[in-house]
Amino acid sequence: MIQQLSVFIENKKGRLAYITKVLAQAGIDIKAMSVADTSDFGILRLIVDDPKAAIGAFEKEGIAVSLTDVLAVGVEDAPGGLARAANTLWGNGISVEYAYAFMKREKDIAYIILRVDDNERAIKVLKENGISVPSEQEIRY
Amino acid sequence: MADFFNEKMETMSRDEMTAVQSERLVAMVKHAYDNVPLYRQRFKESGVLPGDIKSIEDLYKLPFTTKDDLRDTYPFGMFAVPKEELIRIHASSGTTGKQTVVGYTRHDIDVWAESCARALVSIGGTRSDYVHVSYGYGLFTGGLGLHYGAEMLGATAIPVSSGNTKRQVQILQDYGSDIICCTPSYAMFIGETVRDMGIDPKTLKLRAGYFGAEAWTENMRREIEKILDIKAYDIYGLSEIAGPGVSFECKEQTGMHVNEDWFYPEIIDPETGKVLPDGQYGELVFTCIGKEALPLIRYRTRDISCLTRKKCSCGRTLVKMAKPKGRTDDMLIIRGINVFPSQVEHVLLSLNMDPNYLIVVDRVGNLDTMEVQVEMTKGVISDTVKNIEAVEHKIAAALQSTLNISAKVRLVEPKSLPRSEGKAIRVIDNRDIK
Repeated sequence: MIQQLSVFIENKKGRLAYITKVLAQAGIDIKAMSVADTSDFGILRLIVDDPKAAIGAFEKEGIAVSLTDVLAVGVEDAPGGLARAANTLWGNGISVEYAYAFMKREKDIAYIILRVDDNERAIKVLKENGISVPSEQEIRY
Repeated sequence: MADFFNEKMETMSRDEMTAVQSERLVAMVKHAYDNVPLYRQRFKESGVLPGDIKSIEDLYKLPFTTKDDLRDTYPFGMFAVPKEELIRIHASSGTTGKQTVVGYTRHDIDVWAESCARALVSIGGTRSDYVHVSYGYGLFTGGLGLHYGAEMLGATAIPVSSGNTKRQVQILQDYGSDIICCTPSYAMFIGETVRDMGIDPKTLKLRAGYFGAEAWTENMRREIEKILDIKAYDIYGLSEIAGPGVSFECKEQTGMHVNEDWFYPEIIDPETGKVLPDGQYGELVFTCIGKEALPLIRYRTRDISCLTRKKCSCGRTLVKMAKPKGRTDDMLIIRGINVFPSQVEHVLLSLNMDPNYLIVVDRVGNLDTMEVQVEMTKGVISDTVKNIEAVEHKIAAALQSTLNISAKVRLVEPKSLPRSEGKAIRVIDNRDIK
């Protein structure tokens, strides 16, 4: 499993610039990100190389942040790659709350970040179906 | 350690107190009539003469004084002494209109200082204490009131004034301040700063604080007591009557003893002006029976409170007033419903949210709208929109059931709402109803 940071940001000018600057100044590298937004606020979801240091940097600035366990899955970078993973989860009654793509890809593998309702079982069924579920170490470095 | 600053006055029997009050009222009414044109005119209009006032029981015959009277006679029109006798001027903040200016003779300053000295002793203050005054110094009465009180007691006043919060904490730490005095919202801010600076409040000598000049709740008392590891006491006052120290909480923390030998309190029905019995809530009214420069008669404070003469474990016989439920000035009327900011604060604390909020009232078409902005706290942030919206809905539902009014709740980033070093900004009313 992978630790994801969720940062609360108001829909105001310059907030993304500010949040990313805090990470930049702490020397933290963003590996994947997505934004969920409403008309009033957004949640910036981040996978970074050093989540602990990132939390420290955010809390020092008084930025609201929380940690969530998510999955990374490595799928074939070809039509139907993600479909296979998604159908495996669906077929096993596991629902996906949200998903977003990882920036890094290797050879023929694309990485997807998944937030599911049952991490343990998702890892088990994905592996059983030959879909790679890389560890935190593997995905970050 | 002494239990009282002025044992005689603070513990006398009801009969003795009534005698003192009656004697002072009779003299004060004559003084006001002789020296303040507005009072002479008011007495004539209501058909009362100073000679009709023979004891405190006759007080109800006299007309009320309001803040508008002070504004209409701005700046010095209600002063009852020549300027040679004055030694100090203070003024209200004037946030709700023209400033109200108040004056003091040397005797008045002594009365006020003793009021604060009595207060400090009632929470265990002694001559060996450092009293850290973080109220603003200046026209506002907060700073100098407690300052003179601490000095009259013989304690050591530290006139830090408000602002520069890191320095405040440094002084708390280095000087070993024993008692702090400031607004409750600033106490919270100082507490947050202590924590942010990585200081364990248990390592500070600070043991008690007097907090006043703005509305605060029992929940907020517990928050302050926790964050600063002290006992938090309420102190009440208004510049028109003297300043902080008109009434004060003792260690019992169940209402504030009124220095009634100088400031005679009544509770009236704000609609009819009729005096209400002990235990009933109504508008608090004071008569300054011991003051020279500004001898206000039945001054309407607009604070909603009630009185009790039940025995207090501290031994004081001075009447106690309840923490004001709100001010009629603070009260918002939204879609015809009375809303006090303190109710919003209470709701947030009951949901374990920090009471950092801002009420924004507006009018769209002919309908009032109320938005409550609440700062996000650590425990609330989540990775999904629906969880955060669920928190907003939970707060909105709690507000609805307490206030009986629907409000839009919007979570905002931590520490993004205006923090003040004096009075907290809790309301922005954008309605333009004129």
